This record gives sequence, C-alpha cells and structure tokens, in this order.
Amino acid sequence: MDSSFFFGLSTMAYILAMMIYITYLAFRKTQIGITATTITIAGFVSQTLALLMRWKEFNEISGMGILRSAPLTNLFESLIFFVWCLILGYLIIEFKYKTRSFGAFVTPIAGLALAFIDLSGMSKEIHPLLPALQSNWLLAHVMMSFIAYATFALSFSTGLMYLIMKTDKRNETAYIFWSFTLGVFVTLMLAMGIDFLTFKVVVKPEEFIKSYMFRASFLNPSHSIKILSYVFITVIIFIIWRYGSILKKVLEKFAITADTLDEIAYKSIAIGFPIFTVGGLIFGALWADQAWGVYWSWDPKETWSLITWFIYAFYLHGRMIRGWRGKKVAIVAVTGFTAVIFTYLGVNLLLSGLHAYGEIE
Amino acid sequence: MEKERDKTIIDKIWKLLASVKLAIVIFALISLTSIVGTVLEQQAEPAKNIQVLTKIFGKSLAPTIYSIFEKLGFMDMYHSWWFIMLLILFSLNIVICSLERLPRIWKIIREPIRPVTEEQIKKFSINRDIVLKGKPDKIKNVVTEAIKNIGFNHAELKEDKGYQIYSQKGNYTRLGVFITHVSILIILLGAVIGVFFGFKGFVNIPEGKSYSVAFSRTEPLNQAEEDERDKILHAIGASSDNILNAAMQLGMNEKSLRAKMRRYGIQPLGFSIRNDDFNVDFYSGSDMPKEYRSWLTIIDKGKEVMKKSIEVNAPLTYRGITFYQASYGMNPNAHGEFIIKVTSQSGASETKQMHLGDKFIIPGTNIEGTIKDFSPALSRDQEGRFFTYAEMMNNPAVLIDFREGGKDKYSGWILKRYPATWRLPEGYIVEFMDLWGVQYTGLQVRKDPGVWVVYLGCITIAVGLYMAFFMSHRKLWVRMIEEKNNTRVLIGATSNKNRAAFERKINKMIVLISKRQEGEK
Repeated sequence: MDSSFFFGLSTMAYILAMMIYITYLAFRKTQIGITATTITIAGFVSQTLALLMRWKEFNEISGMGILRSAPLTNLFESLIFFVWCLILGYLIIEFKYKTRSFGAFVTPIAGLALAFIDLSGMSKEIHPLLPALQSNWLLAHVMMSFIAYATFALSFSTGLMYLIMKTDKRNETAYIFWSFTLGVFVTLMLAMGIDFLTFKVVVKPEEFIKSYMFRASFLNPSHSIKILSYVFITVIIFIIWRYGSILKKVLEKFAITADTLDEIAYKSIAIGFPIFTVGGLIFGALWADQAWGVYWSWDPKETWSLITWFIYAFYLHGRMIRGWRGKKVAIVAVTGFTAVIFTYLGVNLLLSGLHAYGEIE
Repeated sequence: MEKERDKTIIDKIWKLLASVKLAIVIFALISLTSIVGTVLEQQAEPAKNIQVLTKIFGKSLAPTIYSIFEKLGFMDMYHSWWFIMLLILFSLNIVICSLERLPRIWKIIREPIRPVTEEQIKKFSINRDIVLKGKPDKIKNVVTEAIKNIGFNHAELKEDKGYQIYSQKGNYTRLGVFITHVSILIILLGAVIGVFFGFKGFVNIPEGKSYSVAFSRTEPLNQAEEDERDKILHAIGASSDNILNAAMQLGMNEKSLRAKMRRYGIQPLGFSIRNDDFNVDFYSGSDMPKEYRSWLTIIDKGKEVMKKSIEVNAPLTYRGITFYQASYGMNPNAHGEFIIKVTSQSGASETKQMHLGDKFIIPGTNIEGTIKDFSPALSRDQEGRFFTYAEMMNNPAVLIDFREGGKDKYSGWILKRYPATWRLPEGYIVEFMDLWGVQYTGLQVRKDPGVWVVYLGCITIAVGLYMAFFMSHRKLWVRMIEEKNNTRVLIGATSNKNRAAFERKINKMIVLISKRQEGEK
C-alpha cells in the first residue's frame, strides 16, 4: 500500500461524506450526522497518512533530507494539502460550534478538488526538485501559505452564506454581488469540468493551466463557442440572481445564525491574516532574498499576494476600527478569496513571472 | 486671526493623515494600480506590452492606450513618482495613526487595575455567581491558589464583609498593533536604505576569468557606447581597480569617469572575483537540472582571500557584496581545455589538460588517443546516428580515436555523465572530467546595507502580529463576601480578544476552587 492508495481512500470518503451531509440536511437525523462526521474523520486520517507516506517516499527518492522533502512542490501536492487544511478547519468548526450544517458545503469543495486531480490525470509522480526550490524555506513558506488559504476559503464560504441569508431584495448591491460571484464560481467550475472531459490530457498541472484551462469554453479558438460560453455564464448568473431566495430558504433551515457566520468569517481571517503575512509574504521575501538576491521584485505573484494582503488588511481595519459589521465586511471577505484564487492560479494562468519555475533564469 | 486659520488647515491635514479612511483609500489605490502593473510587463520592450494591450483592447486602440499608459509611467510603475508618493503617503499615514493612538494605548497599558463594586462586577461580559461553604478568610486562600494556577498575579483588598481579589494580565499585548505598524515602517526604511546605499547588478564570468566590477544597466547599449564602456573597463582592469589611475590613463578626471561608470552601470566591487569552475548536475538519466554550482575565488589586493562554491539558495558574501547563482551559458567560440583522467590497469592515474586535436598516451602502453570531436549534448537518433540535441552542456561527450603502434585500434564517444563509456576493452579507464573554459556563470550581484533593517522589521512584525491576534489583555475580579456563614463568590472578567478562551480558563478556575473547597471539608 502506498500513498496513492490512501489518497484514493480519502477522496472516496470525502465524496461519500458529502452525500451523507446533504442527506443530513434533508432529514436532520442525528445518526446520519454522526455517520457523516465519522466518514469525514476517516477520510482525514487516511489523507494524513497519505501525506506522511508521500513525504517519506519523496525523501527516499530525492535524498535531500526530511525538511526539503515536504510534498508541497507542485499544483497536485499543494491542492491536496489545501484540502487537508480545509477539512481540518471544518472539523474544528464542527466540534467548536457543534453544527454540521457546513459539512454539506465544505465536503463538496474537498471532494471536487480531489476528484479534479483524479479526472485531470494530473501528474502524481514525484518530481525531483529544481535548484530554486531546494531550500528549507519551501516547507515553511508553502505550508503556511496554504494554511492561510484554507482559512480564507472558510471565510469566503461563510461570508457568502452570510450574504445569502441577509439579503432579500434583488436590486440590493450585496444581493447582486453574491449572486454574481456565485454564478462566476459555478460556471468556472463547470468550465474546468468540461476541459477535463474534452481533453483528458495527462500533463503536468502547470502545463494544464497554461495550455488547456478554459480552452473548451472561454478560450476556445472558435468564436461561436466563446460567445456561447459568455452567454452561458450570463444565464447562470441570471438564474442564481432570479432564484436566489430558494438558496436563502435552504440556508435558513440550518441551525446556524447569520451572526455565527459573521463570527466564523472574522475568526478565520484573524487566524489566516497573521499566518499569511509571516508565512506567505515575509518568508517568501526571505527566501527570494536568499535565492535571487532580491527580497521584493514586484513580480506578479508577489504583487498579487500583496493585493490579497491589502484586501484582508482592509477587512480588519474596517471591522476593528471603523466598526463595520455584516454585509459590508462579508463582501470584502468574499472579494479577498477571489484575490487568493487569482494569486494561486490566475497569475500562473494569465501572467508570467519569476514563479514560473522551469528555467534557471 | 491669520494664525488660527493656519492651525485649522494643519489640523485638517493632520486629521486626514490620521484617518483610517485614508488608509483604506491608499490600500485600494495601491492594489488597483498594482493590478495594472502585473498585467503590463514591467521594464519590458514596448512590443511586448503593445501585444498584451492588443489582446485586451483590439488592434486599433492598443497603440493609443499604450502611449497613455507609458506617459503615466505604468511601464515601470513601481518606480514611478506617483507610486512612490503613494508609498510615502502610506508611511505617513501609519506614522500619524500610530502617534495618534499610542498615548491612549499606553494609558490603558499603564493603568493599574482597581477594585470594583458589586454592581460593576455583574456588568462584565464574563461573570459568575457561586456560594461556597466556609468563611471568606478560608475561601480567600483557595481562590488565591486557583488564580495563581491559571497564571495571574494578584492584588487583594479587605472589604467590609470579606475580600476582593483583582488582577490583570497581558496589558502589554495591546502594543501588538503598534509594533506591527512600526514594523511596516522599519521594512520600508530598510528598502529605502537599499535604494540609496546599495546596488543591484549582474556579471557573467567565463571559467578561469575574473572580474572586479558588476553591471547594473539593463537597457542595451549602442555600438559607440559599448566601445567606450569596454575602454573604461580595460582601463580599470589595467590600473588594478584604482579609479584615479584609470581616469588618468583615459585622460579624464575622476569625477567624469565616475559619472560615465554610473551611466554604463559599471559598479566597482573593490576586489576581484574569479570563476574557477562552473558545473550543472542533472538528476540521473534525465535533463532535469539538480544543481548549478560555481566555484569562486575572491582576490583582494592581489591575495586570494576566500574560496567558496555557491549554488542557488546558497550565495557568497564578501565585504557586504553578495553573489547569487542566477544563470549560466556557454560560449561556443571559446577554446576550452579538455580535462581527461586516464587510469591504467595497475590503478595509477594521470590527469591531462588538452585541446581539440591533442594526443595523449595511456601510461605504460603505447596506445595513443587523439581528441577528435566534442558535443555538448550527445544523443542518438532512431537509426543510431549521433547528434547534438542541445546547445548547453547537458550531456558533454568527446570522440577519441585510439591508435596502437601507428595502427587504428578503435574510436568512440566518452560521455561525462556515463561512467560505462569510460572503460576501454583492455580495462583502462579514460574519464572525461570536464571541458573547462567554455561555460560562464551568471551571477546576480547585490549590495544592500538595508537588508538587515528589513530582516529586523520582519522579526518585529511577526512578534507584533502574534501579540495582536493571538494574545489578549485580560482582567479578573473576584469578590468574596460573607453571607449567612457561607461565602458568596462573585467573579467578573473581561478580555479584549478571544473571550471564549478566557471563559474556559475561568471555568477551570471555578472547578479548581470547588474541588479544593470540598477537599478541605
């Protein structure tokens, strides 16, 4: 049994847990809830095992020592680690707030992300490290960044749920904002799914992002497909906008109040922000200083993490000093996570820079 | 009258600079303009960005939009006057906000905790009301013990019918926010020191050569400029790094030579650095680089003072100047030296340095080898023919002809990366160790006296953030009043952050008190 066996096990567990959490929402039976939690924990344990095994395998192959063999070196590995952090964060919330309502929202993200890895045939092989990545900073920098990303993901989903629960007029800015954001997210997820089904390519994830992502839809060479994609996204946004009240009704059935959502969003950011500042920005700068001789060079990845940092700084100042609460800050929290996604994927997809590892220069 | 108005204007500016609103506006401005800076490649050739703009705005609009953006400084926006103004404004905002708030924070920190009345104690966000058996004198000891146990020092007060114990902890953690903001200023200060007193440059050094300057100019030079630069470099080299002598040799004064050097981005190092060797290591069986390594020697005042090998992530620093492994390359026209190690059957070995066409004898035999050909990256095609697949030294190989007693014996390629090819049929080993002198190492050169200030700021910001987000200022009051031979214990507590965690501590304290109380009975 190797790490991929346990990764497979955790993927199945999360997808199963997702279905049971949704069933739990519908029937609200305690036993169902307990089953869902148990399966999630089992998935989490097997994923933890898998991560540790992969770490060990990596160390054996590369022979570079434990500290430099952390399985955080490419998109596949970072995505898995992200899912791990997300599930950990979710389990903490489930036990602290004694509510399982989130399960139906978080496990699909986890299950989808892992299924996405499987479907895409993303390269799961262990690649030896390029010289630029051979540093003890890799572990600290990447791990802390992803822990922060996971907390931001939590604040995003709770912020979005808060907005759905707190708005009811379709012409309200906050209402339009959340329906638009949700629409874009849903469509982009679908578009990525179509990419996988169309191309079924077995390539490195970085290559996938550069050459295949959205090629079946928004970036298709055919104009009609391109236009169709934009029509489709508009329709999706419209449907979500028009029938958003249904989502609100579903959410209202949960044993969770809008205030709790607001609090979780805030706490996630209060934990994620310092971790992101130190692990993402500062450790990144120190590493760059050691590897390239510049601690800050305004390359797109750096600049986008700074933008992300400013957005969350905006959130914290608005909330702590100006006393903003509720919808205003929820919008900022949701926007912050879109910046996170852009920092993580968009920069590689659309912009170039030092973080495109490959050549020495 | 006049003075009054002045004051109000200054007050207004002060108030504006002290406002969080301004901070939020600056956050937004820096972020939004930075987005443009990440879309347009900075300090790039115009054609590149026109192409980017064409993709976004179409062919007809792109040139106009380009020229607008260029006039606004967006092609090098992080160095443009308005972006630097934004950063200055950002710093001013932080300074003034901190100055505004520090006295208030300081007052709260220094304020000693005072006893409170019963009404006040009930108003705190955490409060408990329990009745214990026994007199307050006895209860007091138990409570004191429990408070110590959860980590508080305390003061106590004798009241009419009992006691009050009160304590606070973590008042200094309120400085966390202040420290975080000051740290940002420290980091920016470090960056400014770097800009004014440091330099960034690069230098490509061929194997065996040494340089005493680095180059910081990235814009290309025209032919005349290049010639003049080379003349200056030559003069500096000839006068062994003495700028005054070099200026005399060039027939100009020192000041104008220094101006020229600045113009061409020539940064004198004050010592020389020699590339003894450069090597790329690959992961076995692949063309994936594992390590780039340069063996460097520092020569100061004619003496070799330091020998060190550097790789990516492991630079060398001498007299405040740091050299980073940044790139490498090959000069195909250079005449390199083949370094070949010949080992006879008896185990005796000899290392030879030769050029293309040179001959050598395997010791103890009359077998003579001739270096016939070289390939930096040898491979075979489908039909088994040899060809060179890359320009870099990915798989260096030499073709050697062997003759014995004037007759052709055999000939074959000897590959540096594959020891199986080194062994001759008779058991002699001919190892191709290196082709030395054709590769150059690309070094990033940096002098930045501000980097320590930046590091300091990084440490203090981590401390500040930890204090600001994960520690809290907690206050605790416990009032014990005699009530019908029992003691009524009132507990009140507040925390400026993370109330839930403090509440758990208080609960733990109550459990401790009750347990001790039962144990004493």
